[in-house]
Amino acid sequence: MTNSIPEPAIEVIGIHKEFVLPQSRTTSLKQAAVNIVRENKKTTQKVLNDVSFTINKGEFFGIVGRNGSGKSTLLKMLAGVYTPTKGEIKLHGGLTPFIELGVGFNPELSGRDNVYLNGALLGYTHKQMDTMYEEIVEFAELGPFMDQKLKNYSSGMQVRLAFSIAIKAKNDILIFDEVLAVGDEAFQRKCMEVFRQYRKNKQTVILVTHSMDSVNALCTRALMLEDGKIKHIGEVDDIARLYTESNIRSGESKPKDEVESEHSKGINVQGLKSLYSKNDYMELSIGWPERDDIHGIGVSISNINDIYVFGSNSGTTKLKNKKVKYRVRLNLIPGEYKINMATYNEKGEISGLIQDVERFNIRNDYDTTVGGVTILDHEYITS
Amino acid sequence: MRYLTTKNRAILREMVVADFKVRYQESVLGYLWSLLKPLFMFAILFVLFTYIIPISKGHEHYGIMLLTGIVMWNFFSETTTMGANSVVNNGDLLRKISIPRYLMVLTSSMSALINLAINSLVIIVFAVVSGVHPTLEWILVIPIFVELFVFSLGIAFLLAALTVKFRDITYIWEIFLQGGFYASVIIFPITMVPESVRDYFYINPIVQMVQDARNFILGSSAGVETLWVDVDSIWLTIAPFAVILFFAVLGAWYFKRRSPYFAEDV
Repeated sequence: MTNSIPEPAIEVIGIHKEFVLPQSRTTSLKQAAVNIVRENKKTTQKVLNDVSFTINKGEFFGIVGRNGSGKSTLLKMLAGVYTPTKGEIKLHGGLTPFIELGVGFNPELSGRDNVYLNGALLGYTHKQMDTMYEEIVEFAELGPFMDQKLKNYSSGMQVRLAFSIAIKAKNDILIFDEVLAVGDEAFQRKCMEVFRQYRKNKQTVILVTHSMDSVNALCTRALMLEDGKIKHIGEVDDIARLYTESNIRSGESKPKDEVESEHSKGINVQGLKSLYSKNDYMELSIGWPERDDIHGIGVSISNINDIYVFGSNSGTTKLKNKKVKYRVRLNLIPGEYKINMATYNEKGEISGLIQDVERFNIRNDYDTTVGGVTILDHEYITS
Repeated sequence: MRYLTTKNRAILREMVVADFKVRYQESVLGYLWSLLKPLFMFAILFVLFTYIIPISKGHEHYGIMLLTGIVMWNFFSETTTMGANSVVNNGDLLRKISIPRYLMVLTSSMSALINLAINSLVIIVFAVVSGVHPTLEWILVIPIFVELFVFSLGIAFLLAALTVKFRDITYIWEIFLQGGFYASVIIFPITMVPESVRDYFYINPIVQMVQDARNFILGSSAGVETLWVDVDSIWLTIAPFAVILFFAVLGAWYFKRRSPYFAEDV
């Protein structure tokens, strides 16, 4: 944080956005003529509702929200692609309207031609592109393929080329939408490096993403949208918590079967965080004050593909006061995990299984030296 | 607002180049095809109206008159048809980036403009071969082409913006062009139009432009009827220019008014 008074880069003042739904849109002259006589009720959908915020110069600003929360619409309005129905967006400085990688890429053209085309859309003249061309090709590692048509490129190659041009963009404000969601891990690391550089150089960047990992790793401040309104704006940690909570809430809404709810009744689990770093300790307080039939507890972790990673139970440990503290070291690779629980009766038999009690994430640290399901203690010893 | 800045010119250039490469890379004769199209049409009509239905009788330079008309009409029809679809065809692009929308219409008109330039050379060669003496008056054709460009662009802008809202504009315009071809005295001399309505034909700016261009190329001795000689009424003399001004202003205004909503309507 600097002490100087922050200078606004973008001011968003009370913007609303409504879309006319396609089925009620007039797309033929006949309809238009009919509509003059008979009043046509247009169905509109409110996508953004009174959104105001300011992004200061030098901020790496994150915008998160679930699908359909209006974040892409907001971004498109910042970029000038859409016009607000109401309200105003004030830009202080130039903005590279870079919504997606490879905008305007034409599969029928060669890689070389696409570089120049894409470059022009980013605001560069042919001459300026001439001077940057070699660098772009080198960064993309596509030297031998530049005269081939883009349609013969693999998707990974296309992304590499697009990103290599994109990072040449120089402007007061840069915007990116879900860039990190594409490409393989090696490429994602490359992206992260470039973004870290932006942050270090105090480049104003707006990043719209699903990934709390990248928000956590990069953003100085963030905004969360929910149903077209600002749910919260401020510290990255708060946003991360709210966002994960909202994801869990929507997960809960799916009906669980009767037996399961019978099993889980009266059991409470506390202390779970939504995000852990690799090798963090997870501590859960599990209590069942109202139930007398529980004499043992088991906790297991499975990954998002329902692969059973690890499980354990309290075994012969006598549980007192109808509660227990569970502590586990998360030697897990980054990703989303589910917690499942089991209860045991006095004979030590399983009396109930509760699947997918809660979920948590291991923060992505872009470490490519490990992989698999879990991280075993390991070492490479050189003589 | 500043138009055609360095940045916008760079975009225009790359889009035109890309457009050309994509369109002609697969065909053997490539670009030549787009040039040959009007020339074939000219050849057919020339044979038809010289030998089978000899309406060219008494017109020494019917060939040049026909060629000039076809080339100019071809430019008008190309610019407006491709312009009408230019915004819709670029829907993908304009949903993602906020480059000025007018660049798309302008890009689509560029290939027609290049065709016009090359076809003009064909006219010159044809004229010289048929024994017309080159004169300085030929240069006056250039302002006529500028006038044609302005008129075509005005309509292209109007149609492009309308097509975003009403997709059937494309088909309606196609039919309109078919009628317009005959109303623009491309294939027959204007003297064949009954005298009682001939003056009103000049309200169509294409008629005025085509007749003027023919007059400049063939020289005053050829006696090509033009607006300036044919029409007495001051109002009818102003009419074609008023029509051009009307469509240019209307097109620019409507396009500018609608362009903020192209991304969501397209």
